[in-house]
Amino acid sequence: MRKLSLERLDALLSSISEKMPLYLPVDTDGGAHFVRFQSGLKPSEKLLPSKSAKDIFFPQSEELVNFKVDGKKIEIIDIRKECEDFVVWGVTPCDAKALRVLDNVFLAEPIDSFYKNRRDHGIIVSLACARPSETCFCQTFGIDAADPDCDVAIYKADGYLYLSPKTDKGEKLVASLADLTEDTDEKPVEDAKNTIRERLAKLPLANLKADAFGAGKTSKFFDAPEWSELSESCLGCGSCTFHCPTCQCYDIKDIDTGHGVIRQRCWDSCMYSEFTKMSAGQPRLTQKERFRQRFMHKLVYYPERYNGLYSCVGCGRCLRVCPIGMNIVKVMKKLGGNENA
Amino acid sequence: MQEINRETLIAKAKELLDAGTVDRLLGWKRGEFDWDVTPAVFTADNLGEFVYNSFCGANFSKYLIAETRKSEKKVLVFLKPCDTYSFNQLLTEHRFDRERVYAVGIPCEGMLDVAKIRGLSDNVASVTDGETVKIETLWDGEITSEREKLLAERCLNCKSKKHVAYDELIGEDGDVLDSHRFDEVERLESLTPDERYAFWQNELSRCIRCNACRDVCPACTCEKCVFDNPNSGLENKAAANEFEEKLFHIIRAFHVAGRCTDCGECSRVCPQHIPLHLLNRKFIRDIDNFYGEYQAGAEVGSRAPIVNFTTDDLEPSEAVRRDENA
Repeated sequence: MRKLSLERLDALLSSISEKMPLYLPVDTDGGAHFVRFQSGLKPSEKLLPSKSAKDIFFPQSEELVNFKVDGKKIEIIDIRKECEDFVVWGVTPCDAKALRVLDNVFLAEPIDSFYKNRRDHGIIVSLACARPSETCFCQTFGIDAADPDCDVAIYKADGYLYLSPKTDKGEKLVASLADLTEDTDEKPVEDAKNTIRERLAKLPLANLKADAFGAGKTSKFFDAPEWSELSESCLGCGSCTFHCPTCQCYDIKDIDTGHGVIRQRCWDSCMYSEFTKMSAGQPRLTQKERFRQRFMHKLVYYPERYNGLYSCVGCGRCLRVCPIGMNIVKVMKKLGGNENA
Repeated sequence: MQEINRETLIAKAKELLDAGTVDRLLGWKRGEFDWDVTPAVFTADNLGEFVYNSFCGANFSKYLIAETRKSEKKVLVFLKPCDTYSFNQLLTEHRFDRERVYAVGIPCEGMLDVAKIRGLSDNVASVTDGETVKIETLWDGEITSEREKLLAERCLNCKSKKHVAYDELIGEDGDVLDSHRFDEVERLESLTPDERYAFWQNELSRCIRCNACRDVCPACTCEKCVFDNPNSGLENKAAANEFEEKLFHIIRAFHVAGRCTDCGECSRVCPQHIPLHLLNRKFIRDIDNFYGEYQAGAEVGSRAPIVNFTTDDLEPSEAVRRDENA
């Protein structure tokens, strides 16, 4: 465990960015967003960046491969490049856990080499949540916001920043900052963890349970009459999906450049009418089915496939952004039978 | 705070349900918190979940398109003054059957913007409305703020407290207001083209193409949007490049020009807080300047100047010249 005075935070961030690219959430006109660090930029004090660190590992759109066409000759141009090591600073514990959810999908065969490249080189520095929001419910999914699952956990207490490396990558990063930091005992961090856990227990959604969902529950919930009412006023926009740290669906499109093709992928949303459209049409004809798909995927299909792990991390972004105030908490309470939780 | 409360509206709903005037109503449903209310259809059985507070900003006019197709019976809808303009505009465009709606106009003192409240504290336990708004927080104690400072932008620049459509009114009707809604448009017009480009580049760079602005817009009622058509090459999903984001918003602004009532739903729902209403207000102002004052939705059946030819119309070249000199 190492520490440094919070007054020297800028020196610490500058030191990291001299070694490798550093991304951190910075306040903008539209909330906190991850940007590449430059001297003078201050990390946002907001609890949640508007969009999660997912975007750095799985960007909203990216080129996969290019083709050069010359008459009947087609040349395949592999544009992949090994990226350099980089640091993502200030990832919330829920967003750090969300990367584990994405790992299950993208790092299984066939491995997504674009995602893997970034995951291999990315170092996740996660800030424990001293001031959780009323929209937080990470505990529902077994996440401990006092002890993030990441490379380096950081804590703020008594005017100091504490750095607790948790993986080899994290050890190396913290060791490289030895000249700025000093050794410390764990007591202040243990106290900070206790304070965080006390606050987590007091959150309005602290008692929300996901037990009713999980593997094997497809037939129980698929035809539930409640879906009609829950989805009744859904606009069919993609705000929830595009802010979600675990949504991972994408579409692939070939763009004709006149002398070749750029093959690009971009996020897709199960809320959209053209999602997974095939020659026979879109399998989910109304918004009710599209809405159901999103929540069944988070709460039933994903856990069924990946050892009971839910693909919601309780970050609460969907509670904040939905234009009609519908969200996974309301769905869980209505369907899971703990409406008064 | 609002002049009317939940109880007044529930009493009105019960009266109309009991009399058989309507068989259901469109209203706002209680959420987990004070601020996350959801539009819902109510009958006498579930009125307990009906709520009315200063977060009930959703414009119900567009919901009437789907709702009136469900039954020949009338549906009750509560309309704030700004909603009534969208209501009329949709009637002008023959988007729903007026006979299947019973519209009750309700006064509005302006709605609160939860993003502004979050600017004061990001752990909001409860919000109590009043001239001074009280915000009970989880970790920051009680915070108070003047109501005006927490009002949504569209309410600060409210164009009208007058209901332009209703079957009955609760309370006194208000007047069309002398608002400052074009001040920001004028400020943008006074910038150099490069500065203006930089402004929109910065704002639209945050667009994630979630389509919430389009999906909530009462003027966007096409059965199939060009942005949902894979054959258009412009279908929704993520923007392929920076240009696509602008293309989407520019096409949308053109498409709703002359029909946009300036209800402000686009900016209310934008999860990236892009001031989209400014694009529409620019068009409204230009139409006013070039063709004479026109307010979409002020009456049913009016023709927007840009779809109506008169011999007094400004020549296009003159419009361009005036805009350049602006």
